[in-house]
Amino acid sequence: MTAALEVRGLKTHFFTRDGVVKAVDGVDLTIAPGRVLGLVGESGSGKSVTGLSVLGLIDPPGRIVEGSVRLEGQELVGLNREAARRVRGRKIAMIFQDPMMTLNPVLRVDTQMFMALRAHEPVPKDAARQQALAALGRVGLPDPEQCLTAYPHQLSGGMRQRVAIAIALLHSPSVIVADEPTTALDVSIQGQILQEMQRLSADTGVALVWITHDLAVVSSLAHDIAVMYAGRIVEQGPAEDVLAAPRHPYTRGLLDSVPGEAQPGKKLAQIPGSIPALVDLPPGCAFRARCSRADSACETMPEIADLGGARAVRCFHPLEGR
Amino acid sequence: MLGFLIQRLLQAAAVMVVISALVFVGVFAIGNPIDVLIAPDAPQDIRLDTIARYGFDQPLWRQYLNFVSSLVLGNFGRSFVFNMPVLDLILSRLPATLELTLAALIGATAIGVPLGMYAGYRPHALGSRIVMGLSVLGFSVPTFWIGLLLIMAFAVELGWLPAGGRGDTVAVLGVQWSILTLNGWTHLLLPALTLSLFRMALMIRLTRAGMREAMMSDYVRFARAQGLSDGKVIFGHVLKNISIPLVTVFGLELAATLAFAVVTETIFSWPGLGKLIIDSIQSLDRPVMVAYLMLVAFLFIMINFTVDIAYAALDPRVRSGRS
Repeated sequence: MTAALEVRGLKTHFFTRDGVVKAVDGVDLTIAPGRVLGLVGESGSGKSVTGLSVLGLIDPPGRIVEGSVRLEGQELVGLNREAARRVRGRKIAMIFQDPMMTLNPVLRVDTQMFMALRAHEPVPKDAARQQALAALGRVGLPDPEQCLTAYPHQLSGGMRQRVAIAIALLHSPSVIVADEPTTALDVSIQGQILQEMQRLSADTGVALVWITHDLAVVSSLAHDIAVMYAGRIVEQGPAEDVLAAPRHPYTRGLLDSVPGEAQPGKKLAQIPGSIPALVDLPPGCAFRARCSRADSACETMPEIADLGGARAVRCFHPLEGR
Repeated sequence: MLGFLIQRLLQAAAVMVVISALVFVGVFAIGNPIDVLIAPDAPQDIRLDTIARYGFDQPLWRQYLNFVSSLVLGNFGRSFVFNMPVLDLILSRLPATLELTLAALIGATAIGVPLGMYAGYRPHALGSRIVMGLSVLGFSVPTFWIGLLLIMAFAVELGWLPAGGRGDTVAVLGVQWSILTLNGWTHLLLPALTLSLFRMALMIRLTRAGMREAMMSDYVRFARAQGLSDGKVIFGHVLKNISIPLVTVFGLELAATLAFAVVTETIFSWPGLGKLIIDSIQSLDRPVMVAYLMLVAFLFIMINFTVDIAYAALDPRVRSGRS
C-alpha cells in the first residue's frame, strides 16, 4: 500500500538578515491512510513549519531547500505555483490553531465555503450548497442550514473550528494537516472535536497529521508519534510505546512535565532551559545543553537509530526501554 | 437600526446647537466689522445708524438669539460685503468646491488603493519600493509648492493647461458644473491633482499597511491552504477586510478637503468655498463666516454618519452589535 504522505529529508530554511534559520532540518515522516500521526514539540521546534512546508505554503525569506514530499506517490516539492495550488485544498488540507482567526470575519460561512469549493471545480450554486451542507453535517454541527448563513462571530469557538474542518473536508482530501486545532478551545469542546476527528479519519480513510505540544491530546488520538526538537525528529514510534517508555531524554522530560502524572503538592518536573535559537545552531545534538545524560560524544549530531518495533531515536545515550 | 438613526440625529442636532454658539462667540471675538463696513471718515450719525441697522449695539446674547431665531426660519442673514443672502452665496460656490474635492479624492482612491495593494502584496519588489518612495514625497511636499510647480510646468512652460479659473460650465438644475465640459476638465485637472497627491499618499500607505497585516493573518493562510489563487484570496477575502479603515479615512478626508481646500483654491483662483471664507475673514463678513462654519460642521456630521452606515454594510460584527 502506498503511504498517504511520505516526507523524506525535508529541510526548510529561512534566510534572514541575522543568518540562516534552519527551522526544519531533515525531517522524515510516513503516514498511512486512515492513520493519525501526532507531531509533538515545544514552540519553535519546527512542527508548524513542517506542516506548512508539506502544503507548499512557505513564503520568502523561507524556502524548502532539500527533501521530498510525496502525496499518494506524487512529488509535491518543486511543483510550479499553479500545480501546487491545485493540490492544496483538494488532495491535502490544513486547519489552524485559532478558530477566531481562521475564518474571515466579514464573510458569511456559505460565501467562504463556496469559494473553497470553486477553487478547484466550477460548481453551480445549488450543488455547492448541498455539498456545503453535507460537509457541515459530517462534522457534527447540529443545524447546518443556520450555520451556513451565519457570520463567524455568531458561532462559538468550537462551532467555528468545526466549520473550518468542514471546509477542509469539502474536497475529500487524502491528508489533513491539523496545526494545534484544539489548543484554543475549552477542554470539553476539545474532547468532542478529537472524537469527531478520530471518527472522520476512520470513516473516510483520511490521514491526519496532528501538530501539538499537548501530549494528553496525542495520547487519546494518535496511532504514531514523532517528537520534534530544533528542526529534527528525535524520537518516533507507535504512540502507546513511546508514551509508556520514552527512549529520548527530551521525550521523557516532556512527559514528566505533564501535570496529570505528578503527585499533588510536589513540585512539577521541568526541562531546564529553553529551546535554542535556530540561527547558526552549533553542531551536535541540539538538546545537549539541557540534557543530564550529555557528554562529549553529543558534540556530533547523532543519526536517528532504528530500535526495532517501528521505533527510532536520535540519541547516543537513550534511556532504557521497559 | 431605526433607534440608531434617531439617536444619531438627536446627537447631530445637539452638536449643531453647540457649534452655532461657539462659532457665534468666536466670530464676535475676532473684531467689529463696522470699521470695515463703512469709510473711517463717515459722519457719526451714519455710523450709528449702520451699527443700529446691523444690531451691533445689542448685547452678545441678544445678537445670538436674533441669529438663531432667524436661522430656525431658514434665514442665515445677508452678507455685508456681497449684500445677498448668505445661503445663496454659499450654494453658488459649493458646486465648484464639491467637484474639485470629489475629483481629487476619487482620483486619489482609484490610484492609491491599487498601488497600496500591490505594495502590500509584494513589499520587496522594486515597483513597491518606488511607490513607497513617491508616497513619502506626496506626504512631505507642501500643497502650495506642488500647485505652483504644476502651474509652472503645465501652464507656463508647456502651455497645455490653463493656470487658473473654472472654465466653461453647464447648468444642470440651476447649478453650474464644469465637469460636464472638456474646457472645464482642463481647468479642473491641475488643482484636482494638487489636492489629490497628499490623499493618494495617505491611501497608498493605509492600504499597504492593511494589506501586509492581512496577508499574514490566519484567515489568509487558511484561504491559501484551501487552494485559492492569490487573486481570489486578495479580492475575495482581503479587500473587504481592509476597506474598513479606508472608508473611514475617505470620509474624514472628504469632509476636511471640502472645508479646507483654501490653499489650492487660492493658488488656482478656483471660485470655491475656500476662497470665499478667506475673503470673508479678511472683510469680517460675520454672517458668511458663521454660516460657512456651520455648514462645515454639518458636512462632517453627515459624512461621519454615512461612514457609520458603510461600516455596518462592511462588517457584520458592527451590525449585530447594534441590534
